[in-house]
Amino acid sequence: MKNLVILGAGSAGTMMANHLSKRFRKNDWTITVVDIHGKHYYQPGFLFLPFGIYGEEDCFKSKTNYLPKSVQYIQTGIVEIKANDRKVVLVGGKNLNYDILIIATGARIAPEEVEGMKGTEWHKSVFDFYTFEGAKNLRNKLRDWEGGKLVVHITEMPIKCPVAPLEFAFLADWHFQKKGMRDKVEIKYVTPMDGAFTKPKAASKLGHFLEDKNINLVPDFAIAKVDNENKKIISWDNKEVDFDLLVTVPTNMGDDVIMRSGLGDDLNFVPTNKHTLQSEEYEDIFVIGDATNVPTSKAGSVAHFEAEILTDNILRYIDGEPLLESFDGHANCFVETGFNKAMLIDFNYETEPLQGVFPFKGIGPMKLLEENRVNHWAKLGFRWVYWNMLMKGKKILFITPQMQLAGKELPTKELEEEKFVAV
Amino acid sequence: MEATLANEKIEVNEQGYLLDMDQWHEGIARAIAAEEGIELTNRHFEVVNFLRKEQKNGTSLSIRKIGKSGVVDIKEFYELFPEGPLKKASRIAGIAKPASCI
Repeated sequence: MKNLVILGAGSAGTMMANHLSKRFRKNDWTITVVDIHGKHYYQPGFLFLPFGIYGEEDCFKSKTNYLPKSVQYIQTGIVEIKANDRKVVLVGGKNLNYDILIIATGARIAPEEVEGMKGTEWHKSVFDFYTFEGAKNLRNKLRDWEGGKLVVHITEMPIKCPVAPLEFAFLADWHFQKKGMRDKVEIKYVTPMDGAFTKPKAASKLGHFLEDKNINLVPDFAIAKVDNENKKIISWDNKEVDFDLLVTVPTNMGDDVIMRSGLGDDLNFVPTNKHTLQSEEYEDIFVIGDATNVPTSKAGSVAHFEAEILTDNILRYIDGEPLLESFDGHANCFVETGFNKAMLIDFNYETEPLQGVFPFKGIGPMKLLEENRVNHWAKLGFRWVYWNMLMKGKKILFITPQMQLAGKELPTKELEEEKFVAV
Repeated sequence: MEATLANEKIEVNEQGYLLDMDQWHEGIARAIAAEEGIELTNRHFEVVNFLRKEQKNGTSLSIRKIGKSGVVDIKEFYELFPEGPLKKASRIAGIAKPASCI
């Protein structure tokens, strides 16, 4: 009997447990899943919770409901991964030996990385919305907020779901219009990058969005500290932005256990082969989801596409076959734009988000890089898909792990290359 | 699209960032730096070479991270590459612009 251990039962870990329990013969392998938390949060809900679009109960379910019965689930903390000894030390002193380890420990916000961010104003006038607590406290704040300077802010890249802060600004604009108090709220979008849209196609297609919604952009802002007393954020080159309400996305980092185990980079993300998802350092360790350092978005859709490929690769590893180098960085994300509309973006390591339709060429019904109502209703329907299909490891018909070019409007050069291949 | 840098034809994107970091050499760095109004010193090259090494390792770069690297502190980074040091230094280093997904 051999042991496969999965660390983390969030989106990625849960999907791997379901995929592998279907593919393994029970008498050959034991699957053990370790996670300290009992609740599985539906993180896309954290965007809707502050505005009352979702209630608290819409944002989580019990982890055990989504893990297959055949796996052993241990709810406890992890002290250290001893990769050279092929074992995991758990809180309480128990050791788990493994033949294969899957690291799916995710990413967390680290507000302590910026001076003053987790200061006296934390969750009073400085909020995150990347945690359940943060989103809930922000909702309570917004209920009786009388208006003023709202600053939506990104600390540094990479962050989970890179479009979420932009969506937050769009939804805030809508929220305050609905409440009849938009004229009392000034919205600023402060980013360390050179714009809200940084990829050429998206920038040219969507650049007008901020202006239309009266959101003021502050680009190239690298935050040095939060001044709690005077309610302002200050950059390294001494630019200042005043706020009455700061909604920030703090630095994102991998789990501390990665640091304690000496397995991460300086943000505690695990160096991972970006096509096979095998650890760069240990061949019996695989990494999936937000825990990796692969250069694509940290998002549930990415974990879903990775899970299908990683399942095949683990079976190949067991059989001694070469791993498939088939993960292409594919991500597929809804972008809520307010007023019951959304956009859809679909991209990978090589191809930036393009216009077009999805998933069927010539039909859609969803539109890429263009807002409409169908996209928004699809986003709301996605919660059902998340719990009932993705987490259970069911395939979604017509949506493949690798990004497809069909249905996308390609820039001329790529189009020519496509034709050439077709001939 | 193509740009002529240091008398060579180099593939760059719409914003003037090299598409292939392996086409880079010091002459190209100097040509891009001149466009940005910067004259490169050895100190600049120490930073540029660090950025290239990090990019090769697949790490995404931020100002805070560069400040913690021990290669340069944030104050000096701003002095070397004024106004938007990360995007300017990245362009000079022949690597991709720090970007979000859209």
